[in-house]
Amino acid sequence: MELIKDITCHQAVALVSDYLEGSLSRRDRRRLERHLKDCDACSAYLDQMRVTIALSGSVGPDDLSPDALSRLVDVFEQYQRDKSDG
Amino acid sequence: MNSLNHCKRDGEVHVYRVIGRKSVTSRGANYPRCVEDEDLLARILGGDRDAFTELVERYQLSLVRLARYYVKTDSSAEDVAQDTWIAVIKGLEKFEGRSSFKTWLFRIAANRARKTGTREYRVVNVDPVDPVSSARFNESGMWREAPVPFTELINDKLANAEVLEACRNAIRELPEPQQSVVTLRDVEGLSTREVSELLELSEANTRVLLHRGRAKIRESLEGSLKGGYSWN
Repeated sequence: MELIKDITCHQAVALVSDYLEGSLSRRDRRRLERHLKDCDACSAYLDQMRVTIALSGSVGPDDLSPDALSRLVDVFEQYQRDKSDG
Repeated sequence: MNSLNHCKRDGEVHVYRVIGRKSVTSRGANYPRCVEDEDLLARILGGDRDAFTELVERYQLSLVRLARYYVKTDSSAEDVAQDTWIAVIKGLEKFEGRSSFKTWLFRIAANRARKTGTREYRVVNVDPVDPVSSARFNESGMWREAPVPFTELINDKLANAEVLEACRNAIRELPEPQQSVVTLRDVEGLSTREVSELLELSEANTRVLLHRGRAKIRESLEGSLKGGYSWN
């Protein structure tokens, strides 16, 4: 298999996160985009990274310990009482 | 005052009921995630306990992680998070909305954590391990076996609880400071600049850590989605 344009797949995957951040230099962005155009495998990797980031953004909160939460709610309610007492 | 509210997210319409100040359940169940923080803040200022509970649930884990980046033990990280919430309760009236609530919240936590802890990550070692195993590539740097797009593997199961759980576990298993970087950037959606300020890292370093953290989560998801298959 010949090299696709001027970067290898191994080099391309190293650029993907920065590419999605929009922080690649114009030169690297062009090199990566040229590579992606011809390389299904790296395009699949890009898709995997996009989904990974989307999933991280949807994991939602973990369950909290009821103790930690009730302590904070107590503080909140006490503050509300103090506030209304003036 | 009873009212029904609608919000739409991911194509699904949620209907939720707001029942005045003394809402029915604890644990913020009255407010789905699509309710904006700013709407919760307005309700909290009116004394709505459930809105406060929802806000705590949204951010507690990330606050503890951020604090843990600076302090030495889990319990002092939890103390920092608790102090942060107390500062929020007391300071909310003064919050002017010049930054997003999220940014304001994390700044309070980072400041408190810095005062409390001796920073453990003063020298950030960039993990030398290649984030995508070299074994995946041949001598010419080409894939030995092409990866499969996750969108094909997950399809309509993007919101599948198991996939999300796998992702949550993968984030939890990241070493610091990757875990804090990924949490603040990808879970909470702060900008790279905000993340670098909160963690006192250069933006370039933050991006390297983000790249490595994301690559590890990706690899772990690939393993789960292909039934534990591993290239290592």
